[in-house]
Amino acid sequence: MALTGLQIFKQLPKTNCKDCGHPTCLAFAMALAAGKTSLDKCPHVSEEAKEALGAASAPPIKLVKIGVDQTVVELGDETELFRHDKRFYHPTAVAILVEDTEDIAARLADFNDLEFDRVGLHYVTDMVALQCTSGDAATFKAAAEQVAANTDKSFMLICEDAAVMEAAAEAVAARKPLLYAATNDNYEAMTALAQKVECPLAVKGNGLADLAELVDKITKLGYKELVLDSGNRETSQVLADLTQMRRLAVKKRFRSFGYPTMAFTSKEDAHEEIVQASVYVAKYAGLVVLKAHKKEEILPLLTWRQNLYTDPQKPIQVEAKVNAIGDVTPDSPVYITTNFSLTYYIVEGEVENSKIPAYILPINTDGISVLTSWAAGKLTGEAIAKALEENEMEAKVNHKTLVLPGYVAVLSGSTEEASGWKVLVGPREAAGIPSFAREHFAK
Amino acid sequence: MAFSAMKERYRNKINEVVLGATKEEGGTRGYTVTVGGESALPFLHFEGEIPNRPIVALEVWDVAPTDWHESFTTYFGDVFDNPAQWAKKCVEEYGADVIAVRLKGADPDVADASPEDCVKVVKDILAAVSCPLIVLGCGKAEKDNQVLPAVAEAAAGENLLIGSAEQENYKSLAAACMVHKHSLIASSPIDINICKQLNILITEMNLPAERIVIDPTTAALGYGLEYGYSIMERARIGALQGDKMLAMPILGNVGHEVWRAKEANISAEDMPGWGEQPSRGFLWEATTATALLQAGMNIVVMRHPAAVALVKQNITELMKPTSFEE
Repeated sequence: MALTGLQIFKQLPKTNCKDCGHPTCLAFAMALAAGKTSLDKCPHVSEEAKEALGAASAPPIKLVKIGVDQTVVELGDETELFRHDKRFYHPTAVAILVEDTEDIAARLADFNDLEFDRVGLHYVTDMVALQCTSGDAATFKAAAEQVAANTDKSFMLICEDAAVMEAAAEAVAARKPLLYAATNDNYEAMTALAQKVECPLAVKGNGLADLAELVDKITKLGYKELVLDSGNRETSQVLADLTQMRRLAVKKRFRSFGYPTMAFTSKEDAHEEIVQASVYVAKYAGLVVLKAHKKEEILPLLTWRQNLYTDPQKPIQVEAKVNAIGDVTPDSPVYITTNFSLTYYIVEGEVENSKIPAYILPINTDGISVLTSWAAGKLTGEAIAKALEENEMEAKVNHKTLVLPGYVAVLSGSTEEASGWKVLVGPREAAGIPSFAREHFAK
Repeated sequence: MAFSAMKERYRNKINEVVLGATKEEGGTRGYTVTVGGESALPFLHFEGEIPNRPIVALEVWDVAPTDWHESFTTYFGDVFDNPAQWAKKCVEEYGADVIAVRLKGADPDVADASPEDCVKVVKDILAAVSCPLIVLGCGKAEKDNQVLPAVAEAAAGENLLIGSAEQENYKSLAAACMVHKHSLIASSPIDINICKQLNILITEMNLPAERIVIDPTTAALGYGLEYGYSIMERARIGALQGDKMLAMPILGNVGHEVWRAKEANISAEDMPGWGEQPSRGFLWEATTATALLQAGMNIVVMRHPAAVALVKQNITELMKPTSFEE
């Protein structure tokens, strides 16, 4: 069970030395209780205290790593049930299923291409899930080697026959693949193998009660690099299972479920898989395995993951420098907006829709939206004047007229005064830009 | 350690709101549809009742849309000019639970349709289909205040779900719903306090809470979906924990938002890195809806028949009861 800040405080040196980065031992204890720091930040804590606090101060869900180097996939270490309470940390890893009977090189070429650029962000499909469909140790091993040779990304090996798994796992152990899975029937051999090759191990239960028992048996054998699968495949039950695992780990510190979770889609149709996987991304899967593999299918899923895992307290920003949309000329209009990514890209989309090339100048408002930044005094006539100057807008266009977002029409006077530019008040909503542009800028 | 399921018990449940009225109830609908009533977070059957499944509404416009992606022509090209036939097709072929009539033509910048024109469209659709209707204005408050009360009066007793009332503009709509026996959509701009405040203002006018549906603002996948998601989730948790002024079923204008996004519309030729448009487009809509259903959305207003099929199937699967062996 979780300890309170005061219970933790009693075990600390109480010297207020600040070596942990907190002003007092009490502040450090409170941060520990809230899961915001770890005990190892205190260099002076006694061994007894470490033991007493160790279990309680361990993160509710262990961080588990799959793979190596730059493409290592980190799962778990989550502390919340709802992103609005703080944030989610380690985005659900997306793994694409490939069978060892397929043309591995061709499938991997496709897989490696599953990366996307949108709104200034780069989305990556994290993993390959290689399934032993052949049932043959040599085939599976050769396929695993081919996967390792054909991608830098992390991968997992799916095979419940420990002997078949062993050949493949040993061949690619240096890449630290996730081994799927330990079950009631094979857990001793699978755990021994995972220990030997030092790879993370998936645990597949037969429902949650069975899974908890199986996890305990494996941790008793001394292995804790685990990823949990309830074994269920029906959307409704998997949602229930993932919710219980997260809840028990975070709210009850139930150690048997203190590991990242995973889920498999069960649909044959790729579109249905994306919908099913979107449920599991929303509700707590650390890793989701699916067969869908086309760009138009994976992009919506990765976008949803990106949205969900953004920090609610830190808006995503774009660089506060002028951007030319389309084939701009010195006659092109100049739109002002803020550097809040969402605001900027909505404006950019509508300026594109207007089919009239233009400059968009995002003002640095620390990534907050138009009205909020105006209220906070970050979007001001002076800030706009400074941005016009820094971006040398006078040299780029042959006019001195800017379009101000309709919501901050009130800034017209101060903007004109500070910059010497004429203000044209634009629409309040970006959706109004195309008709506004046609009215004012169409030749 | 032995597993023992952790079940939340909430103090409150979501209001049940009925859409439509049958002949016996003073309307002409063949059947009514009930939303809300749940006493647990979305689809967590193991700890509460979820008596009514979320429903899908398909959008029908009073004027033929000029800015919908060309892929919609395959589905609706033959009926775009005939709202009644369009609505019929949505129900009979594409599985719409209810129809959401959007009176886009009333917009002075679109067709500036008169209140009488709008009334006629709604009447025609009422005659063509037997399902309940949602009626949405053009979004310009001044015009909606002329059009929607006229529709409310002409369809008195039908128990339409009419929207949207906003903080600065709710009185005439709320009054029209009161007098002519309809339900009301209260929309707020991604702000839980305004959402709550508006519900207080409307119920103070004596429109019962059981006739209000909230629209806390939906954003499309990739365009702030997480903001809408978190507001919905917070409102739903607040409602279950006892806040009666948040305990309304939630409506999401999913199709309307999604089909403005570049990702839904742009062709593979123009953006080769994003794959083929047709499935990217309807998956953009289906994924947005699926995400928001996990936050508590009860009524999904959609556009693309393929997305509707996916979302309805997802809802059916999520409505299956769940339990734990302990």
